Amino acid sequence: MVEFLSFRDGDAGQEPAVTVEAFTGQSNATAVRIEPSDDARELLPYLDRISMIEVNFPGFGDGRGYSAARILREAGYVGELRAVGDVLVDQIVAMRRCGFDSFHPDKALDDDAVARALDRYQDVYQKTTDGRSPIWAKRHPEPADG
Amino acid sequence: MYRYDSYDQAIVDARVEDFRDQVQRRLTGALTEDQFKPLRLMNGLYLQLHAYMLRVAIPYGTLSAAQMRVLGGIARRYDKGYGHFTTRQNLQYNWIKLEDAPDILAELAKVEMHAIQTSGNCIRNISSDQYAGVAADEVADPRPWAELLRQWSSFHPEFTYLPRKFKICVIAADDDRAAMRLHDIGLKLVKRDGAIGAEVYAGGGMGRTPMVAPLIRDFVAEDEIVAYLEACLRVYNRYGRRDNKYKARIKILVHELGADEYRRQVEEEYAHMRTLGLNPPREELARIRAFFADPAYEDGLSDTVDRSDPAFALWIDQNVAAHKQPGYAIVNVSLKPAGGIPGDATAEQMELIADLAERHSFGELRVTHAQNLVLPHVKKADLYTIWQALDAVGLAEANLDLITDIIACPGLDYCSLANARAIPLAQKIAERFADTRRQRDLGELKLKISGCINACGHHHAGHIGILGVDRRGVENYQLLLGGSGAEDASLGQITGPGFSEDGVVDAIEKVTDIYVAEREAGERFLDTYRRIGMKPFKEALYG
Repeated sequence: MVEFLSFRDGDAGQEPAVTVEAFTGQSNATAVRIEPSDDARELLPYLDRISMIEVNFPGFGDGRGYSAARILREAGYVGELRAVGDVLVDQIVAMRRCGFDSFHPDKALDDDAVARALDRYQDVYQKTTDGRSPIWAKRHPEPADG
Repeated sequence: MYRYDSYDQAIVDARVEDFRDQVQRRLTGALTEDQFKPLRLMNGLYLQLHAYMLRVAIPYGTLSAAQMRVLGGIARRYDKGYGHFTTRQNLQYNWIKLEDAPDILAELAKVEMHAIQTSGNCIRNISSDQYAGVAADEVADPRPWAELLRQWSSFHPEFTYLPRKFKICVIAADDDRAAMRLHDIGLKLVKRDGAIGAEVYAGGGMGRTPMVAPLIRDFVAEDEIVAYLEACLRVYNRYGRRDNKYKARIKILVHELGADEYRRQVEEEYAHMRTLGLNPPREELARIRAFFADPAYEDGLSDTVDRSDPAFALWIDQNVAAHKQPGYAIVNVSLKPAGGIPGDATAEQMELIADLAERHSFGELRVTHAQNLVLPHVKKADLYTIWQALDAVGLAEANLDLITDIIACPGLDYCSLANARAIPLAQKIAERFADTRRQRDLGELKLKISGCINACGHHHAGHIGILGVDRRGVENYQLLLGGSGAEDASLGQITGPGFSEDGVVDAIEKVTDIYVAEREAGERFLDTYRRIGMKPFKEALYG
């Protein structure tokens, strides 16, 4: 079983995350925690000084954190993006696609199940910021330059 | 028809193994029912009153003869020998064992079918016009766009845990045969200055708070629809209500914000989405469109049909529609035989229809939201042969769009949400109006029954709608008049206090009597109701 899962090079952020309200107030913190009702766009002016954003999923069925993650990545955020809370093995793939690169679930995950899930789907239909080439792009490769 | 390439097939095959793994974990107890529920729901498996129900996706209601044959085989092998076609153009099996579900999915995958996202709070199967590609009045065949959206919505990483389920419909004709404006998002393809694009409607739906979707954008270019929908969905995913599941559909968000404010937020998001390269290239749409090219119609066929058999002539007049190609016709196969269960088909019936499609309709079939089937490309010279074959298995009922062509949900006979039975009531109504001449005299009359407020039987959109409720432990039926799911979309109004099961059959008769007495030349029931209003009907019912 695995308590913490990271797809990043180097150490995971250790600094305790502060709320969006505290952060946008006057904090010098470099780690922020987003709750489902927070607007991730409030963080966009400060992305260059944030090293870790954790997105809380109080219940697995509340999918607002997926949008928050994509918004941050689409805005160019390159720091750690961590999913915390009720994060289940069957959600890791979609979360990775939305830009999460570390996971700290309430309940430890089965490593084998995670590995199987990540390995299962070779291709994807949508373009996101995760760098994977969608199926439509593979069907119609760009002609090589020159 | 669209055919999978190796990418599409690999995804569906992987999903089978994924689900097999999940079922295995459930059967061994590694997953609790609470943990398993969202996983099985994402794959169309519901725990109903008596057994598991599996809902199979029929994308935009188009299927091949080979697929229909497999659906029949599954009904025989894993169910009780029949299946149920739904108002979402899908097929449901009502008596499935959990341990069989992975094998069923594997059989479906062999004929390019799946149950992906047929339930759960995600983007559901895309629905469309059952006459797509064969109707003379469409600006283009809407199915290439529907297929593009099927792929885009499959395992969409951001929109898998929406506030509530999400239904998208694509049509391309002025005649709306798919209840487009009663969907969470409805797209109507239109032509502007020679270019194809979509009108986008958002926030329609039935359920306990029915709404007709307002127009949100009057034109999105045909190759920018994906990015625009991403914007529509993102606004909904972020701001749709999650505090109350009965207020969680997008219709509530659009209603509470107002269409203008929702539109403003979507436009803002869209301005951002457009920069991300989310739209598949035109070549991809062209690739998909090639699969929907016309079949090899014969030229120079006669439009003359021998009508000397009166029962056949009646069936032609009622169930056969005009085809864009001279010498061809569209055949509607009614799944509403007198005394039958609306939308049900036996394994044998499915197989016979598959044979007919193979021999007489270029191997293609459609499912309609009114729970009937369509043979879309039939030579007029073959109509009599087809009619005889259908008649032999009880499928030649000549009642399309008549009062006995009833839409009904499974109701309390199957569904764990229902408050009242819908099927036996549909059968009683069909019996009361069994006289063909009487039905035809009443003309187009769309009667729709839901066994609870969730409105799976589309009662809000019925010219006559019936809603089953539970009144102190007794089934009670409310009557609604004046709804429409067509291009003149409207929501039915409740007449007043409800009726018992037999009482509501009498009430329908009184209502149709008023129509017959009051109608002017050429008026359908709905037209007369709209002209004279509720009052005369109310007086007849309660006066």
